[in-house]
Amino acid sequence: MLLERKPIHCYDILGSAGDVLEDDPVGRLKVFVYELPSKYNKKILQKDPRCLTHMFAAEIYMHRFLLSSPVRTLNPEEADWFYTPVYTTCDLTPNGLPLPFKSPRMMRSAIQLISSNWPYWNRTEGADHFFIVPHDFGACFHYLEEKAIDRGILPLLQRATLVQTFGQRNHVCLKDGSVIIPPYAPPQKMQAHLIPPSTPRSIFVYFRGLFYDVGNDPEGGYYARGARASVWENFKDNPLFDISTEHPTTYYEDMQRAVFCLCPLGWAPWSPRLVEAVIFGCIPVIIADDIVLPFADAIPWEDIGVFVAEKDVPKLDTILTSIPINEILRKQRLLANPSMKQAMLFPQPAQSRDAFHQILNGLARKLPHDKNVYLNPGEKILNWTAGPVGDLKPW
Amino acid sequence: MKQLTALQQQGRRSNSFRNASSPLDATVDGAIKSPATIFWLILHGLCCLISLVLGFRFSRLVFFLLFSTSSSPSATNIYSALQTTLPSSGAASPPERNVSAAGGSRVVVGRHGILIRPWPHPDPAEVMKAHGIIERVQTEQRSQYGVKNPRTVIAITPTYVRTFQTPHLTGVMHSLMNVPYDLIWIVVEAGGATNETASLIAKSGLKNIHIGFDGKMPFLWEDRHKLESRMRLHALRIVREKRLDGIVMFADDSNMHSLELFDEIQNVKWVGAVSVGILVGGSEETELTIVQTDDNGKDEKKSQVPVQGPACNSSNHLVGWHTFNTLPFVDRSARYIGDRAFVLPRKLEWAGFVLNSRLVWEDTEDKPVWVKEWEEVGRDDEGVESPLSLVKDTSVVEPLGSCGRKVLLWWLRVEARADSKFPARWIIDPPLEITVPAKRTPWPDAPPELPSSAEKVIIMPENTEKRPTKSGSRKKRSSRSKRKRSAKVLDEHALARHSIGDN
Repeated sequence: MLLERKPIHCYDILGSAGDVLEDDPVGRLKVFVYELPSKYNKKILQKDPRCLTHMFAAEIYMHRFLLSSPVRTLNPEEADWFYTPVYTTCDLTPNGLPLPFKSPRMMRSAIQLISSNWPYWNRTEGADHFFIVPHDFGACFHYLEEKAIDRGILPLLQRATLVQTFGQRNHVCLKDGSVIIPPYAPPQKMQAHLIPPSTPRSIFVYFRGLFYDVGNDPEGGYYARGARASVWENFKDNPLFDISTEHPTTYYEDMQRAVFCLCPLGWAPWSPRLVEAVIFGCIPVIIADDIVLPFADAIPWEDIGVFVAEKDVPKLDTILTSIPINEILRKQRLLANPSMKQAMLFPQPAQSRDAFHQILNGLARKLPHDKNVYLNPGEKILNWTAGPVGDLKPW
Repeated sequence: MKQLTALQQQGRRSNSFRNASSPLDATVDGAIKSPATIFWLILHGLCCLISLVLGFRFSRLVFFLLFSTSSSPSATNIYSALQTTLPSSGAASPPERNVSAAGGSRVVVGRHGILIRPWPHPDPAEVMKAHGIIERVQTEQRSQYGVKNPRTVIAITPTYVRTFQTPHLTGVMHSLMNVPYDLIWIVVEAGGATNETASLIAKSGLKNIHIGFDGKMPFLWEDRHKLESRMRLHALRIVREKRLDGIVMFADDSNMHSLELFDEIQNVKWVGAVSVGILVGGSEETELTIVQTDDNGKDEKKSQVPVQGPACNSSNHLVGWHTFNTLPFVDRSARYIGDRAFVLPRKLEWAGFVLNSRLVWEDTEDKPVWVKEWEEVGRDDEGVESPLSLVKDTSVVEPLGSCGRKVLLWWLRVEARADSKFPARWIIDPPLEITVPAKRTPWPDAPPELPSSAEKVIIMPENTEKRPTKSGSRKKRSSRSKRKRSAKVLDEHALARHSIGDN
């Protein structure tokens, strides 16, 4: 889509296991898609079509992709993975922000349905099932970090594989073996704003977004763990840093004219800015301690981006200007690789090596399932009554 | 719970009210109402009201101040305690923190300080390094995506010494200095090569050929255009004699060039044409309507910046020319240099054309057939109006800049009166004896109070119309006083000097 042929001047990406970005999942795994009543998916989408364009839209597009993908199998006996299409992130406020308060009940109800109508859940208590939970803190189903940590991952999903955007090491809401995916960014919109690559990059550091969230964090110090505020206070009068809270119409074009793009954490450590930076060839400067980036086992983020610890933000200008120029040119060449850009996108219809395929690759790499995930009949591990009382109400 | 849903429906993920009660939740849930719980309830209500008024989580602040171990100097003023961010040496008072998970995570949830370094301003050395990085990145971009095998640009500029030579020529010089390709600058000077021009050009550091041309620049615009054409042909003669290889473009000294122009002309094969925006300067004419005719003879009246250049059909082939029809304006246009009326361009300006230098070389095998021989052109110096005279068939001209749709340079002729006086090279040397600061000039060693008789002494050129009025318009009072006293200054120059000298 972006570049048909790989240009000669960019390097090949070598993942930890060889050229894994180029892998084709077809033939390596089989996915069975449960048929849930439309109140779990279609009806919700009909109520609010904004769910198709916000950054959590991956759950909807993944469902559509799997329905028509060659990895789908209609015979559950031969399936390696089972997918439950439940749209938990589609309950939006008038402003467009998803409310996660009903999501645990919705998920629980869906699992009850599949465990009673099909035998495959009880066979492994969900160990060969995967769920897409793209919300802020994944399956902890809350947007406030403290609350999310208190809740923890939904107990019923303890054994399942989670496909989520959230990733932070040693965090309660990051389950071992999760597949981290990028947030959804609209591919056509970004494609429409491409400018010729010969346009000289004249902005050194670029960022557009909030530094203080006065509505939810009036005192300051909570939002972004104070990192964004620190960026503003230290660099607001630095001519090298083009940072502000404006919403320019030329946002995408400006990113293509910048050398570095800041991707600091917000309320959660991940942000669509990372995707935008990779698509537009701007080196991402990731300011989020212990973050786990999407497809980390396939994409060498250390080679592509710059990682800055939150405590080092006051020295950001020193850090960026002291990177050797050869490093910077090398990062730009790696970013120019079209397979990198493809891996970050969810195009419709799906194309080879895009994010959908990377998710399947990630799931394929976890195969074959360990023998001991298969439980003996009658054996039960999950506690169906665990969790806050409010979650146990039917949905 | 109701409060919760009400907040949800507001759409704001605000937790200020809910969390204000979080440390007190446990006690509120208790069914037994003891005096302690009532007390906490009242305190909680009070905190809520104060939060409502002040607009932040007051209870947290209370806990912060009550339980913090160190004493902060600004504790007396609550607001400043919040507004002043924690210093970067930062471990003074620990805010409340919950550890996110066991197991060696560096990240803690809760309130963090905003780290600000002691001198949060740019460091000039780093700025220079960053510019170096940007330049290197751009060079790399150019080598990957830009023109492969760029050819030398040969810029031909006719000029002569006059009042506005310095600003015009400096403008062209700076544009040429920023061209990323090899450049040879041929400056043809009417009236012979002078030191003034030479020193100006030398500042550029560009490879240049500075030649004089016999004949003073005439007074009338009509004649001036003719002489300029002859000067350009003379420069082409130099290109021919020296066999300079590259792309010839005509950079008139009062034109404005965009750097994209130099990238675009690299695409020319033999003869190319670009669109030139015509800025007809000066005077009260704001609505300058032009009539554009193309080959179909259709007349379109457009009131906008007129553009001279190639005209293409929908398949991007050259079909005609957009020219400037001067007939409606001839009687209102300028006749002589310094005339207040606007200057009109020729039908097609030289600046809109670029040539491959091999066209004028003596014997090259692969010269195209439609090129006139140099001797033919050179014989009739008077009649050459535009580079189109060099070719027999005008249809071979390549339209550049997406077929003339992009305007890559602008043509403007603005000159001071021929008899205007100005200091040589615009440098006042030796410096003036008396310089008195204006009332508002913040010079550190200026006296704070100026006597009313002193005023700014300015150099007055002979023709008062040319004095820039823009500086006066910013401060109306001082300009009025300037104008009133201007005559006084000229007459009583010696007197003023004496009185100022006294102070």
